[in-house]
Amino acid sequence: MRDKPQVQSLNTQLISRLRAALNVHRVHTASADIDLYKRDASNIEGRAGVVCFPLTTAEVQSVVSICAEFQQPFVARGSGTGLSGGATPLDGAVVISTAKMNRLISVDPVHRHAWIEPGMLNLDLTREVTHLGLHFAPDPSSQQSCTIGGNVANNSGGPHCLADGVTSSHILACEVVLSDGSVVMLGGEDPEPDGLDLRGAFIGSEGMFGITTKICVRLMQNYQAVSTMLMDFTSVQAGAETVSAIIAAGMVPAALEMMDQLCLEAVEAYIHAGLPTDAAVALLVEVSGLPHAVTDDTERISEIGRAHGARTIRIAQDEAERALLWKGRKTAFGAIARIKPNYYLHDTVVPRRKLNEVLQEVYRIAQRHDLLVLNVFHAGDGNLHPLLIFDKRDPGIMERVHAAGEEIVRVSVEAGGVLSGEHGIGLEKRDFMPLMFGPHDLHAQASMRVAFDPLGIANPFKVLPSPSQCGDAHDMGEDMWV
Amino acid sequence: MGIDLSNFAESIGGVDHGPLWIAGQQTRTPAPSQLRLVAAPAGIVDLQPDEMTVVCGAGTPINELRTELAKVGQYVNLPDGLTGPGTVGGALAEGHSDIYRLGRGPVRDTLLQVRYVNHDGQVVTAGGPTVKNVSGFDLCRLLIGSHGQLGYFGETILRTRPLPQSSRWFVMSEASRTVVEKILRVIYRPASVLWDGHKVWFCIEGNPKDCAAIIQRISVELPVITEISEPPDLSLYPHRQSVPPRLLGDVVQESARSDSHKIIVEAGVGIVHHQVPPESTPIEKGITILHRQILEQFNPTGRLNPGIEILASAPSL
Repeated sequence: MRDKPQVQSLNTQLISRLRAALNVHRVHTASADIDLYKRDASNIEGRAGVVCFPLTTAEVQSVVSICAEFQQPFVARGSGTGLSGGATPLDGAVVISTAKMNRLISVDPVHRHAWIEPGMLNLDLTREVTHLGLHFAPDPSSQQSCTIGGNVANNSGGPHCLADGVTSSHILACEVVLSDGSVVMLGGEDPEPDGLDLRGAFIGSEGMFGITTKICVRLMQNYQAVSTMLMDFTSVQAGAETVSAIIAAGMVPAALEMMDQLCLEAVEAYIHAGLPTDAAVALLVEVSGLPHAVTDDTERISEIGRAHGARTIRIAQDEAERALLWKGRKTAFGAIARIKPNYYLHDTVVPRRKLNEVLQEVYRIAQRHDLLVLNVFHAGDGNLHPLLIFDKRDPGIMERVHAAGEEIVRVSVEAGGVLSGEHGIGLEKRDFMPLMFGPHDLHAQASMRVAFDPLGIANPFKVLPSPSQCGDAHDMGEDMWV
Repeated sequence: MGIDLSNFAESIGGVDHGPLWIAGQQTRTPAPSQLRLVAAPAGIVDLQPDEMTVVCGAGTPINELRTELAKVGQYVNLPDGLTGPGTVGGALAEGHSDIYRLGRGPVRDTLLQVRYVNHDGQVVTAGGPTVKNVSGFDLCRLLIGSHGQLGYFGETILRTRPLPQSSRWFVMSEASRTVVEKILRVIYRPASVLWDGHKVWFCIEGNPKDCAAIIQRISVELPVITEISEPPDLSLYPHRQSVPPRLLGDVVQESARSDSHKIIVEAGVGIVHHQVPPESTPIEKGITILHRQILEQFNPTGRLNPGIEILASAPSL
């Protein structure tokens, strides 16, 4: 067993080495600067020791090599939009921001791939290739601000991943700086590089296997026809059964989203789209592809909806109406600010046939803890996003929010589901991992981590609960805080 | 509802700690005669069409799985072996995709969860049972294509897909690089495009009316197109090579100059099917090191499927 990485205050020698490797202006140490990096978009705070802004692979390599020499933990960071604390630096770790590495390097429109730098924003990539009739399929709700590097780290999803798959299905290769400072290319433009699928293993490793510095993404042809429909139901059960029936009928829509009543009310008050605010739930269904398939599937899905008691079925008549319906879905989180100032967004997955059962339990949990919950989520793949809304100034509220959250996670896993569908584990769900995995399972995952990062300095303490992190400095010192 | 893997685990960890070989139908790799053989459980235990998942033993014949899934209008993206369909575990352990990869995606996207037995005879779960999951590291991806060297698959949960309403193959006798690129650009998500320098075969799948419309449209722009009942026979091309798809034009051109070295390539994908073994390509030293470190963790004594060197075909740089 190797020595544990030293968890200690950054020393001046390390900082001066970092400044020499980069540039004094791209190594931030002032508390006013580095305080911005103490957490990602989650509520979990840590402490950054220094924040570095490399511009090239060679600079990332230099920073990581210095960290390795000092046995200093480091944390890669994109835009910091993660929701599980995966990019929260602990105990003064070195934060390596790839936000300035944001170039589109090349595009091959015939074979439909592009090489990019990890700091490129998700939506910027699609904007850059739209004129070629192409797009990048994963579309997290944060796509205007999240980076592709972050998508790779978390294997991110989004509403339109139902038919085309999440990030791992759209990444061909990653250039990676490992924790010892070496650079490797995982995967490649070719489909079956010799050996193990190291690319696949790296994607979703939450920064614990290394830092990606170049990415080859697969681009998809834009659809030739699209149909977006909103159907509403007087019971959650009817909406949930419609979801299962659509899939069982042999259709995989491009997106299949569900919004419950509280969500519909909040969104309608915000965007005035004519949403059915008296419905128990509404389904936003989008089919895309070739014209005949889109027409036929729209008809079949409408029939299935009617057979399950859909009250109204609204089919967008033009691009403006389609955009309005999607605006309703994508601005849901902004809309809830009209109800309460704070929210805690959960992310679990359950089998589709358990959607109604688990949603009813989510409502009961919220009621028991005297909390408001609204649901807006990717129903097509069973990916729940219960949104607990509250005012954190209320005494004792955070304890209730966390208790309710834990119960939601437990109920989802007990229903045959999983801890996370797209946000990742990070710090938020690290200690829930034993709900899904036994000691041997966790040991196998820890073995992957050790194989990629024998030094244990790449974003330690995340994902794996303490007993399985044989490589990480898991015994928190007295000077550490989370 | 799961398969009892205790006997399987016992056969790996409880008998002795000598070298082992897992054998299915041996349609991909023959088992060495001198090693003790173990076999994974077989059988479908849970098929949920509305979840698009199926739970089955790794020893389940792919043919059996296809038959049962066809009854509910679905399929699973697992390819045949060289001498027959083989088993689920064999297809996953090999990790090669079939000629429909361009449209249907790679095999590695098929496995959602696996319960496997490790080198020590312990049952380990990787992945999760739902179609979407980022709970922990993606061990499933690492196991696919590991040729049994990281563990032996026992029970698998696989993602299924709706059977295409229509699947049609066509051939063109004019096969320039320009024509192939035009097919890739013009046809919306073709399922397969094969090319040998002399002919192009392509497959389109989906709504029958859309397929008919595509053919009507491209017939105007491209050379004579003939519908055929099935794809070309690749059994004479048992060796495969993976290259960046943008290089396929050069690969085909080079092959066309040789009378003895025939190939068929998967355009847009990058797989080259050879009649004779292709030359190996060098491997980065860092990749070799990572492989060694992974094998040290998962197969420290080398007892699982000894003799297979995953990177053996390629020298290190």
